Amino acid sequence: MVWNESRECMSRDEIEKIQSEELVGVVSRVYHNVPFYRAKMQAIGLEPGDIHGLADLEKLPMTTKQDLRDTYPYGMFSAPLDDIVRIHASSGTTGKQTVVGYTRKDVDIWSECMARSLSSGGAGRDSIVQVSYGYGLFTGGLGAHYGAERIGASVIPTSSGNTQRQIQIIRDFGSTHICCTPSYALYIGDTMREMGVHKSEIRLKAGFFGAEPWTENMRREIEERLGLHALDIYGLSEVMGPSVSCECLEQSGMHVWEDHFIPEIINPETLETMAPGANGEILFTTITKEGMPLIRYRTRDVSSLNYERCPCGRTHVRMTRITGRTDDMLIIRGVNVFPSQIESVLLEFGDAAPHYQIIVDRSDNLDEIEVQVEMTPQMFSDEIKNIERTERKIMSALHSVLGLAAKVRLVEPKTIARSEGKAKRVIDNRVLK
Amino acid sequence: MLQKQISVFIENKRGRLAEVTKVLGDNGVDLAALCIADTTDFGILRVIVDKPDLAEKVLKEGGFAVSITEVIALSIDDKPGGLATALRVLEEYAINIEYMYAYVRKNSNKATVIVRVDKPSDAIEKLKDSSVSLMTSADLQNSI
Repeated sequence: MVWNESRECMSRDEIEKIQSEELVGVVSRVYHNVPFYRAKMQAIGLEPGDIHGLADLEKLPMTTKQDLRDTYPYGMFSAPLDDIVRIHASSGTTGKQTVVGYTRKDVDIWSECMARSLSSGGAGRDSIVQVSYGYGLFTGGLGAHYGAERIGASVIPTSSGNTQRQIQIIRDFGSTHICCTPSYALYIGDTMREMGVHKSEIRLKAGFFGAEPWTENMRREIEERLGLHALDIYGLSEVMGPSVSCECLEQSGMHVWEDHFIPEIINPETLETMAPGANGEILFTTITKEGMPLIRYRTRDVSSLNYERCPCGRTHVRMTRITGRTDDMLIIRGVNVFPSQIESVLLEFGDAAPHYQIIVDRSDNLDEIEVQVEMTPQMFSDEIKNIERTERKIMSALHSVLGLAAKVRLVEPKTIARSEGKAKRVIDNRVLK
Repeated sequence: MLQKQISVFIENKRGRLAEVTKVLGDNGVDLAALCIADTTDFGILRVIVDKPDLAEKVLKEGGFAVSITEVIALSIDDKPGGLATALRVLEEYAINIEYMYAYVRKNSNKATVIVRVDKPSDAIEKLKDSSVSLMTSADLQNSI
């Protein structure tokens, strides 16, 4: 089911034409309304007139989360507060909160994007959509809510928490679709088992799970426990909220709603744009936003872009599931490696990511990477061949995600040092001459 | 007829084996037999003990990756051809041996053979019908 066929299925040429026009518009808006962007552009001798279309995107300066903190709270707003109808803020775990403002048109576009996402997961007028994302400063709850109302579904705004009641509602109200974090979906599955509610008693057909990284293993687990199609949905409050992109029922990458967001992949080290298919940091330019448009916003999320035509008929580019963060990047033999990518691979081999450590060495001028992984009960076997098979499986999974060979060594439980707070994941023994 | 063997994952590092045996000794667990399968990086220690459940518990508490594996124990005469008789039965019924080890018992002319096979229930059925003497848990415990 395609919500807005003329937009979602248009040709690449048409998409790029819209992107070019909107890009010119947004650059002009931020230049004239946001002192931060004007100063940044002037510093590199760039004027709005220099931007003629998509081909000029790379000339524009990037925006970071730190920029948002430096201009706290309203410094990045491009519209006067009179026109702002909604303010959200993201948690400030690593610093000041980041504040985002939406005009009425922004909320409307957000609802449109969410409507597309829900439709691509099979939801429609006859659906009962349970929104179990938190409602509040967090964009999850209200974002999903407005989209579900837009498609004409019956929306149940349960918000998060009170899991037993959530399950009662899923069962008694006959919810057909659910929006929540993937870990909460697993928890709902656990609680259902404890309550003795079998998946045959519920009618869930699909779930939209996002706001945190998850894995294929978790997808299978959620689908098994709840008997639904588990779909990955992506978004971040700075860019808009949930539904910057979302998987369709093909479950092979999230369609980025390209008539509103231009995605790019860059090498986070050199900041150069990378070719389609390459793994790197994903950036977004919000071309239609009025409240707080962002130019080339660095998400720090690792993904790649797939421009192949999707069997579902939508032409918008698909981004792969987030496999890591660029904050703690390593460069091994010229390849960017993110500890979080390694963690995401290890997550596939147990209920929780085992403790691990990455050792980087250089011998004969060649970087070598070894991943030491603490043996978990699931991995342990009485037979050498099984343990070696597990090591090989981890190695080949790492190879396909990282794009380079890493040695894997299973070590005894509790032998990797635990540290207070953030674990020391990387030991880099390379001596650079 | 299946016996409990303790299997422990041990890294190829100095002192690890000593640590396992110390934990078992401190908790009054008596070792009857052991064998180690190893690679360059790690080994798997397999032991037959008098109190397998206790051994598993204390090793787990000691932070080891440990499991109880089910094996078969055969009692054979300590004389030429004793083992061959038993193995012929397994071969005849296409039962594969994953690994095995043996020890001669104190004050007897018998040996205990510990075998891990791919089809344990088939193996037990066929061995029962043969002349080979399968040990019960009580037999094994009494022999320790």
